[in-house]
Amino acid sequence: MNNRFFAFIVGILVGAAALYFVMPGPAPAPKKAQSGPASAQRTVAAASTLSVVLNRGYLICGVSQGLPGFSNPDDKGRWSGIDVDFCKAVAAAVFGDASKVKYRPLNAKDRFTALQSGEIDLLSRNTTWTMSRDTSLGFDFAGIDYYDGQGFMVKKASKITSASQLNGATICTQTGTTTELNLADYFRGQNMSYKVLAFEKNEESLSAYDNGRCDAYTTDASGLHAQKLLLKNPDENIVLPEVISKEPMAPAIRQGDGQWEDIVRWTLFALINAEDLGVTSTNVDQMKTSPSPEIKRLLGTEGAFGEAMGLTKDWAFNIIKAVGNYGEIYDRNVGPKTPLNVPRGLNALWRNGGLMYAPPIR
Amino acid sequence: MASVTTAAKWLRRNLFPNWWNGALTIAALYILWISVPALVDWAFIHAVWSGEGREACIGPDKGACWPFVTANIDQFIYGRYPVEERWRVDVAFLLGVVGLVPMLIPSLPQKRWNAVYLLVAYPLIAFVLLVGDRPGLVRVDTDLWGGLLVTLVVAVTGIVASFPLGILLALGRRSEMPVIRALSVTFIEFWRGVPLVTVLFMATVMLPLFLPEGVSFDNLLRCLIGVAIFSSAYMAEVVRGGLQAIPRGQYEAARAVGMSYWQTMGLIVLPQALRHVIPGIVNTFIGLFKDTTLVLIVGIFDLLGQVRAQLSDPNWAVPQGAATGYVFAAAVFWIFCFGMSRYSVFMERRLNTGSRK
Repeated sequence: MNNRFFAFIVGILVGAAALYFVMPGPAPAPKKAQSGPASAQRTVAAASTLSVVLNRGYLICGVSQGLPGFSNPDDKGRWSGIDVDFCKAVAAAVFGDASKVKYRPLNAKDRFTALQSGEIDLLSRNTTWTMSRDTSLGFDFAGIDYYDGQGFMVKKASKITSASQLNGATICTQTGTTTELNLADYFRGQNMSYKVLAFEKNEESLSAYDNGRCDAYTTDASGLHAQKLLLKNPDENIVLPEVISKEPMAPAIRQGDGQWEDIVRWTLFALINAEDLGVTSTNVDQMKTSPSPEIKRLLGTEGAFGEAMGLTKDWAFNIIKAVGNYGEIYDRNVGPKTPLNVPRGLNALWRNGGLMYAPPIR
Repeated sequence: MASVTTAAKWLRRNLFPNWWNGALTIAALYILWISVPALVDWAFIHAVWSGEGREACIGPDKGACWPFVTANIDQFIYGRYPVEERWRVDVAFLLGVVGLVPMLIPSLPQKRWNAVYLLVAYPLIAFVLLVGDRPGLVRVDTDLWGGLLVTLVVAVTGIVASFPLGILLALGRRSEMPVIRALSVTFIEFWRGVPLVTVLFMATVMLPLFLPEGVSFDNLLRCLIGVAIFSSAYMAEVVRGGLQAIPRGQYEAARAVGMSYWQTMGLIVLPQALRHVIPGIVNTFIGLFKDTTLVLIVGIFDLLGQVRAQLSDPNWAVPQGAATGYVFAAAVFWIFCFGMSRYSVFMERRLNTGSRK
């Protein structure tokens, strides 16, 4: 008996030793996902992201597993959406070819770990830019590519046209999300009373609203337009103009690689500047001969702005040729010609009353 | 007249033998009455059968939106596998069926060569066909795979790998060599003790943190290895249950006629043991088949994941789209699982003719 017990212990020790030698690198697994960044930075900051991407021959872009208008597969199997087009724009800037990108569909929980571990080069997945994510998770955000915010949807028959008329309303939402907290903040701030009807799943709360169990339904404004399509009579519902929270969506990259951060940030700025200057995917070839110095600098016929980031002169030309300017991306994915039909609102250019404003290329 | 009385007798004996069973019968009939007509109405009578886009399925009193399924059926089967290369998937499916069907029909000859084809040649052929990177075959990376293709690849790899591995582990756990036994016990208990979701998550997201920079291997391959290891631990315990049902005399008799350990196991013990645990083995296979849906959490779209992904396409955003998609996915899974279950019943009958009660 003793002998066998001894043999058992020896077996376990031998097994453990074998495991130890087989496992490469540091053996102890991080206890929580949050302890990842330190080791992630050590392993990935060694080489610049740009050279890794160039050597690999394609960009790996983290997108959502399916969010209408932002990243969703269509019935031909292609990915489309604003977030997807942004990935294409970065690929076009780096390679001159928007097709050199692979999408890694991620859920909300895994997206940060995937970025930390170097599985993806860029996270373009409707991620809200918050202070804690920017400062403590080891990321940098390149700039805001979509201004979202929590909004309300009501039935047209209720004659409600503004969120300030929602006093005493019953509001359907999802449990355990920030939408519930934003709701509480908003109604307390406005000194109004409300009742909340919260469900575990989004579909349940939407169908409760559709069946008249509550007066209003709340989630992010972009989501409201998508979910309106799932109602029995979409046209009998309206999305109220107010947003009660700030949800700036921003592409994220790992902290500590200034060159890559510049590339992603200026890809976004190039898209916005192109719309500002009236350069579109259809007129970009003619625009190359434009006398305007701003357009010349954007399209690389003057100066060496692309080279300064390790790219080619015509980086922005390639972006616009491939995916168009910001307005074209917006219209193609969520604009009036799509079923979503989201009003431009805060995402209009600064000169049209929106917040889209990019520093100049000079 | 006579038939009426027999019918009444039959009813009385089978459905209303006493007040308690009678009440159950009425309750069951009531549940069927309220659920079946509603389901038939939704799935057939008020369903939309054709249409080009979401407009066809919009409106009050519309049932299932089948055009959503027909428009996306290619995505459900192949995922984002390039359209011009999809014939390769078809050929791989076909070669699998050609190998599997004669294997499943007991009366057909040449089982040995059939098994060699199915377990050795077919996986290699399918691998080359699906991945490509050979002259004449373009490389198709696994991140483009999806839908039923991924479901079958994960399930078949898991099933084919877990069966032999599970048998070895079960034998190892009952071995008299302490190191082998300890290793087997550790392996089985470790993998049985962690959820599959954790295994997949570790394999996909955490593994790159430990690997040296630049070393990476395929995302789907990591899942395949994870699923195979995980299910072999379960398989080992099922097989061990069968081994324990074999009386000691069988081992001793085999030894007495001079058989080696592997002869004893291969010719005497395992054939009997495996026969006892067919229900358990098939149960594990069916569980594994359905567990393949978990690969969604690491960003690989199996059939169910692909259905959910297509639901986010605004061009097909309709009220009944989600229900239709889920019903379709459930039907496909049910066909595969029910097929496996029926085949296991057939095998049990065939093998257990002597001991059937």
